[in-house]
Amino acid sequence: MSSVEFQHLAVNYGRRTVIRDFSMAVPSGSWLGLIGPNGAGKSSLLRSVAGLVKYSGDIVVDGSSLSLRSRSRRASLVAYVPQEPILPDEMTGREYVMLGRTPHIGYFGHPTKHDRAMVDDVIGRLGLDEIATRQLGVLSGGERQRLVIARALATEAPILLLDEPTSALDIGHQQQAFELVERLRREHGLTVISAMHDLTLAGMYSDRLALLHEGSVVADGSVEAVLSAETLAEFYGVRVTVHREADGTVVVVPRREQL
Amino acid sequence: MAEQRRSITAKVLLSLLILVVVACAGAMSGPAGPEWWRIPLALLERIPGFGEGGLGISSGVTEREWSIIWDIRMPRVVLAGIVGATLSLGGASYQGVFRNPLVDPYLLGAAAGGGLGATIVITTIGSDRLDWPVDPVPLVAFVFALGTVAVTYLVGASFGGMKTSSTLVLAGVAMVSLTTAIQTFILQRNSDVVREVYNWILGRLATASWGDVVLVLPYVVLSTTVLIFHRRHLDVLRVGDEEAAALGIPVARVRLTVVVAATLGTAAVVAVSGLIGFVGLVVPHMVRLMAGSTYRVVIPLAVTVGGAFLILADIPGRTLSSPAEVPIGVVTAFIGAPFFIILLRTRQVTR
Repeated sequence: MSSVEFQHLAVNYGRRTVIRDFSMAVPSGSWLGLIGPNGAGKSSLLRSVAGLVKYSGDIVVDGSSLSLRSRSRRASLVAYVPQEPILPDEMTGREYVMLGRTPHIGYFGHPTKHDRAMVDDVIGRLGLDEIATRQLGVLSGGERQRLVIARALATEAPILLLDEPTSALDIGHQQQAFELVERLRREHGLTVISAMHDLTLAGMYSDRLALLHEGSVVADGSVEAVLSAETLAEFYGVRVTVHREADGTVVVVPRREQL
Repeated sequence: MAEQRRSITAKVLLSLLILVVVACAGAMSGPAGPEWWRIPLALLERIPGFGEGGLGISSGVTEREWSIIWDIRMPRVVLAGIVGATLSLGGASYQGVFRNPLVDPYLLGAAAGGGLGATIVITTIGSDRLDWPVDPVPLVAFVFALGTVAVTYLVGASFGGMKTSSTLVLAGVAMVSLTTAIQTFILQRNSDVVREVYNWILGRLATASWGDVVLVLPYVVLSTTVLIFHRRHLDVLRVGDEEAAALGIPVARVRLTVVVAATLGTAAVVAVSGLIGFVGLVVPHMVRLMAGSTYRVVIPLAVTVGGAFLILADIPGRTLSSPAEVPIGVVTAFIGAPFFIILLRTRQVTR
């Protein structure tokens, strides 16, 4: 259980500003969805939390600044799933999940009994026993995605960062992956921050949405407030219809220009 | 996982056994000397508790024959083992930190630099150096090998930072071409020593003495120790710099440490044995094919299998056309090149 607070975060690549003055509090156990067109800064925001890019401002986790923590302490607080994870063909699923224990193993240390038990537990709970014995190169997209999530879970980090985790999956596997993350969030009280392409899925799983455009937040708040046809038209340059289902789900449907 | 650890230990022990057998075979072959079957006995008999007064093993080897075994063959076998182990460990480590299976420990200029250093000494000092108390060729080759890699590193790091390993690889390609060009230029001006330099470059273990072994041992031990302690980091690096960093690994520092350690060992063995090709490239792949690709296996087995491979490769080199020897660099390439082609083929088939 950990809360994340962004305080005036700014990220520059050379002279180009990719995130400007981003401030937001993400309560413990909640799911923040980051949406916005390509290049809006969603990935950079996640990468700054993971400690992969330099930033100014501050990211505060449970009341103390992330930049003050050691590299491995930070890695044990924040699990990062990149957009296109690298899965070495000849590594087994189990070896891959074991990499998630890296932040808990000292520089010259090796996995202990506890680490191995932890990995077995994660593999068992996600139903990956069979996949874990196979080599990554022969697995399907959906199986690989589940292993990536399993690796993130094996870090025992209370904060999970997902960078468009399902962009390579079909609709069924997309849903499976998000359902899995949602289940884990409920079971472990994970705080999830994810960049998402699919606005309907973003609306279904997020407690709160932030719409980024050219590095700035242009809309944030509840799903209903952010996913409006006018806002999306303005920042994505699309024509969409936004439906509200009876159960509260917000559905975003693109419309043809010419009928 | 416990099972897997046991299987790693079993593989390491098996490879050690193979190494010992191959080393005995190495000590048994060569011109002159006693009958082959006496040699393991002669070695055993000198281990306390095995010979007279202990198990009573007696080989019947004369003092003169023992001196052929101990002063001529054994240093050569031991040096071949050390050189093979160091090159293949260096290759495995380089392949790991650069995440590139086609890389060898000469990538950043250790061999080219060593070759240039040797060329400079041989051309400037010439045969006068034989009167020197210490042969300057290995020392200068060692310094040049390290210096070339250092320049490569500085050039690569100044352009790409340590974020991308590809700038480092490109800097290595540039430095290798540059040092080779300088060497060619020097040789072309001093055509009388071309043969001597050429012999050095082809690599040789023929003149091995216990002195050579002692000379390289400190560097090799240091290099091997550091690399063995980093095998887990090499496994983490397999998922890429970015994800390794997100897992809390200090990627740039690990890469620098591994490259420095691998280069130190490589430079030391290049200095005493010349440029022996293919061991550093091929042996790590042999190990991966036989024992799996995790660096927890690849690193220790690269040491034992690399050692055994070069001891074995050295046997036909000195017996085929004795007394004139086939250079070991030629033998390793002869075995290595076809093997590598077969390896690439089978990998394509299994994909």
